[in-house]
Amino acid sequence: MSDVYVVGIDMIRFGRFPDRTVPGLAAEAALLALDDAGLSIRDMQALYCGNLGQANGMVGQRMLAEIGQTGIPVVNVANACATGATAFRDAWMSIKAGMYDTVLAVGVEQMGKGLLGGTGGGPSPEGLVGSYTMPAMFAQIGIEHARQYGTTFEQFAKVSVKNHHHSTLNPKSMYRKETPLEEVMGAEMIAYPNTKLMCSVNVDGSAAAVLMSEAKVRQMGLMDRAVRVRASEMSSNPFAERQMAMPDFSGATRLAAKMAYERAGIGPEDVNLVELHDCFATAELVHYENLGLCADGEAGRLIDDGVTALGGKVPVNVSGGLLSKGHPLGATGIANIYEVATHLRGTAGARQVEGAKIGLTHVVGGGPGMGTACAIHVLEKA
Amino acid sequence: MSEPLLPIIQPNDGKPYVAGSRCTQCGHVYVGPREVCAKCTARDAMEPVHLAETGKVWAWTVVHRSFPGVATPFVDVIVDLDDGAHIKGTLVDVDPQAVSADMPVRMVFREAVPAGADKPYLTYLFVPAQGAAA
Ligand SMILES: [Zn+2]
Repeated sequence: MSDVYVVGIDMIRFGRFPDRTVPGLAAEAALLALDDAGLSIRDMQALYCGNLGQANGMVGQRMLAEIGQTGIPVVNVANACATGATAFRDAWMSIKAGMYDTVLAVGVEQMGKGLLGGTGGGPSPEGLVGSYTMPAMFAQIGIEHARQYGTTFEQFAKVSVKNHHHSTLNPKSMYRKETPLEEVMGAEMIAYPNTKLMCSVNVDGSAAAVLMSEAKVRQMGLMDRAVRVRASEMSSNPFAERQMAMPDFSGATRLAAKMAYERAGIGPEDVNLVELHDCFATAELVHYENLGLCADGEAGRLIDDGVTALGGKVPVNVSGGLLSKGHPLGATGIANIYEVATHLRGTAGARQVEGAKIGLTHVVGGGPGMGTACAIHVLEKA
Repeated sequence: MSEPLLPIIQPNDGKPYVAGSRCTQCGHVYVGPREVCAKCTARDAMEPVHLAETGKVWAWTVVHRSFPGVATPFVDVIVDLDDGAHIKGTLVDVDPQAVSADMPVRMVFREAVPAGADKPYLTYLFVPAQGAAA
């Protein structure tokens, strides 16, 4: 079966845009991606649009109303923090299936400030039956790693130091400020061991990609800037022993990673850069092991040794990650793909991972009592 | 006795318990009632149980920032109950610095006013296993 390529991809600089609309933010990214491909909305045969906050609001159709209503099929996608990556994967599948040659995928989110999480209606159990905030849940995932492997508060904090440093090199990042270790560890404690600087930033943002069949890429002569999708895999949470008490993001990630490496015919050692789901500093270390970047129990050593910093063997989150670039839920999955594609094209400027040939993106989301959605993409310079 | 904070809390005429279910095929114990086993997929194999009231701390965190109106700090624990179930709760009557892996804890039932509510509800809490009064 022939491959699918990304021929246009871009994102807006993440930030806070309370005066904009969700379709308006989506439209901006869509036009950027179309321009990057040198194509028009008239060339698109279908649209997959990811958004969580207005999941019942026909965001895709409203976006087309701003950039051109050609009557193409629109699928609006919602899948927790994997929303954007799911839209991308649906676009990929529609081309794989032979339905279309050229498809647009968009991810967009407009977020308020403050803590994410919570339960449904009724009296709130928050504080009386533990905490339903996302920081508390990811704090416990860190503590679980600490009890198994002795991982320290300082090692978790180093993730934030690294990703904030990376973001100073990325003009599309929400924050671009160095945060030394003392500052990260001394910041307001949210839920031990995650301080405020170890929690991802709620921002508004959008990202979009134009995907194309191999035959069409060749016909249109777009191969020199094309990025090949070597694997696109998804999973949900397989049964986990403690799932009634703490959400599990590791089982799904390990499952999708195994499938992605098999599909791409590579191993973790072949990956030159990774954009993974650092919604909290604790999460990044756990995912080093889930993605096979190191053996179980070695994540602390990896961050200590600088293996995952820019210049290291496998740089992780050189964009600044969710921790500093920001985490507009529905846009994050495509923004990660944008980052990796930019390095594979060799156009990442000051943060360029030299000689990058293969990159991996990972998003995983969910919540208390809801389950997990994970998406992993392996990309390669065409 | 006040009404329960969560449906899994059963007042049971003043002798409250947390409802669970046990799979007679694979033995997994769940919090709350259910019909099908998520672990082994067995159907019609669930038996209702009263969850154990003793267990050990698996993971924890000290929550310093929560939703508006919620008093902090508090200790959020994931407890491995002695019957094999796993449940989330708040650990009280403890110095947060003293919480550690595998610390023995005990479930107690108390009345408490949730954040934003104007009346007390019946809830379960965890206390250190030694020297705690219900
Ligand atoms: Zn079972």
